[in-house]
Amino acid sequence: MDARKKKRKVLLMGKSGSGKSSMRSIIFSNYVAKDVRRLGATIDVEHSHVKFMGNLTLNLWDCGGQDAFMETYLASQRGNIFSDVAVLIYVFDIESREVDRDLDTYNAVIEALREFSPNAYVFCLVHKMDLIQAEHRQRIYEERSTLIRSRSEHFYVDTFGSSIWDQSLYKAWAGIVHKLIPNLTVIERFLTAFAKKIDAEEVILFERSTFLTVTSVTSEVGELNPIYDRHERLSNIMKAFKHCAARNTLTTPASAGFVVMHTKTPQFNIFLGRFTDNTYIFLVVPPGEAAYNCAVLNTMLAREGFSKSAAAGRTDGFPLPPAETPEDTNGLATR
Amino acid sequence: MPFASVRRSRSLDLDLDRCLSNNYLSSLASTYKTGAQLSLELLLQGQNYAGGSALPRSSLIPSTQARDAKPRLLLMGLRRSGKSSIASVVFHKMPPNETLFLESTTRIQKDSIHSFMDFQVWDFPGQLEYLEPSFDLEDIFGSLGALVWVIDAQDDYLDSVARLNRTILTVQQYYPGINIEVFIHKVDGLSDEYRTDTFQDIVQRISDELSDAGYENAPVHYYLTSIYDYSVFEAFSKVIQKLIPNLSTLENLINTLGNNCGFEKTYLFDVLSKIYIASDTRPVDMACYEMCSDYIDVIVDISELYSWDHPERRPKGEQIQEAESHVVLHDETMIHLMEMNKYLCLVSVIRNPEAKEKRGLIDMNCRTFQDALNDVFSRSWEQLEQLEQLEDQPSV
Repeated sequence: MDARKKKRKVLLMGKSGSGKSSMRSIIFSNYVAKDVRRLGATIDVEHSHVKFMGNLTLNLWDCGGQDAFMETYLASQRGNIFSDVAVLIYVFDIESREVDRDLDTYNAVIEALREFSPNAYVFCLVHKMDLIQAEHRQRIYEERSTLIRSRSEHFYVDTFGSSIWDQSLYKAWAGIVHKLIPNLTVIERFLTAFAKKIDAEEVILFERSTFLTVTSVTSEVGELNPIYDRHERLSNIMKAFKHCAARNTLTTPASAGFVVMHTKTPQFNIFLGRFTDNTYIFLVVPPGEAAYNCAVLNTMLAREGFSKSAAAGRTDGFPLPPAETPEDTNGLATR
Repeated sequence: MPFASVRRSRSLDLDLDRCLSNNYLSSLASTYKTGAQLSLELLLQGQNYAGGSALPRSSLIPSTQARDAKPRLLLMGLRRSGKSSIASVVFHKMPPNETLFLESTTRIQKDSIHSFMDFQVWDFPGQLEYLEPSFDLEDIFGSLGALVWVIDAQDDYLDSVARLNRTILTVQQYYPGINIEVFIHKVDGLSDEYRTDTFQDIVQRISDELSDAGYENAPVHYYLTSIYDYSVFEAFSKVIQKLIPNLSTLENLINTLGNNCGFEKTYLFDVLSKIYIASDTRPVDMACYEMCSDYIDVIVDISELYSWDHPERRPKGEQIQEAESHVVLHDETMIHLMEMNKYLCLVSVIRNPEAKEKRGLIDMNCRTFQDALNDVFSRSWEQLEQLEQLEDQPSV
């Protein structure tokens, strides 16, 4: 298989009604949180292909969670479902009354995964955290994740508490895609060098259609920022504004977007612009008109450099998305 | 052609100055006066206005004594009509769906909004019988700028309308200067047709009652509102604009700016509440308003994330003190935002492709506008100071 056109199989599993399809729709299909009420139950497996960063295609298997389906996945379809899995995302409903039974099912899934794809990453999302009172959230989440870890066999499991009503969903999914992107170290090396050159406090790369954080580099001073969840919050803020822009310019959220955004304040300057076909770059630099303009100019130059090397077909240095699919970034393309 | 040249923008500078002095005076002399303005000017007439220039210019931030002289807003209505929800959504940025959990208000909640003009919102519990003689009418309605009456359109509103009528008659009798603003609220749950019917029915009932009592041109205005869209912000904007003494000056300034810069629509927003206190006089476009107000949200939210203080954080050079931001959307629309002072920012929507290349000019014109704006406001604070002095004198 061509390494540049990688397809990664992602399994989305969990009990019926735990919110799998809801979060998938919000992240990849530009739904807003209150739209997901329209979704019905997923029957059997819904396959979808999500283009992410151009050269990476996520082959998303949204597995309906009703008991009858679960049984077939684990029995007759076992080989089909669990082979070649790159990532398993298992969703727990925090409000579930049958925690033990959920964990038993989870354990059975893990067993099957160990059998067919022992090298898969496993992510567990403890979902619907918004239904828990804020002061108990952390404690209940930690209890639940210890339980989950104890039933995960040899897999190293990342757990996230999430809710479709705030930025925690973006944190969870940013963590997931971060694991899936090929050549990430190359991108990070480039960004680190770049951030140092232009003296930026922070450089963040966002995926274009989902606004998920692909990766970020923070300077020593930038590390002192007391707000830890700023990346997720940014995803949330920008995506909300994208929806607003789409609504008011009479287009679909998928085709709406930003060309460029400049913000200058006495405490920081921010530049947001298209970087590669599928990414936005987000720069935070200290105030100073001249330094800021310089940073923006440099970003533009770097971008030109990339598009040139992409045109020349030398894509080894930086995993540039191929230029032939500029319109095909609508997020979800169901086959 | 939106821009002639830099020279043109200099003429804007002059224009602004002229328009400032002319309109300012004409607005003083205008016959249309709101309640709050009325009392202010009656007092002003008694003294030599020219003497005002001798006073030092006060800063934009109102002094504590001046606060009492500022227009007050009162929210009233039957219980469970949505008064507290409106106050929370508009002035405290509460997401609309969380207002379900608000407790019912049991006593008068005075809520001072420390905005550019200091509005007070009194959330009046619905069950209170304030027209009884035990309540001091002067205490409730004295110095009131506008009375906002909230009617639940999804409920049986006859009771509310009857009570509103009684209130209007009382208010009209003693305080004819108060604007009565009727919010026909919770219309999000009604179909379009039913909405219009309800609106007309309520308007009919109130105006019948008023004309029976002999008030033909009472200052009563009606709005269809809902906290789930922007209609409540729009309605509040209209209410508050009626209380701004220099509105026509501001509108003229914004028009001049917009014409010279090729702005499609310009709003002067109060950042905290996202109420616009003035806009250019072109027709209001809900889409533009929504984008502008959401863009303020974006900038405020991002600023929250990156405005931390630390000695290690040092600027790298000179920069203007006020925040400035613009975004270009996928369809080449540009939204331009500029901070005017602590409370206000100017947001404009620019669709003219030529305008985008001349950002330098736009920025410069906006700065000129900013100077003019601050001039307008510093003058109104001067007035207020004089007013205070007048008020103080008899008591000494």
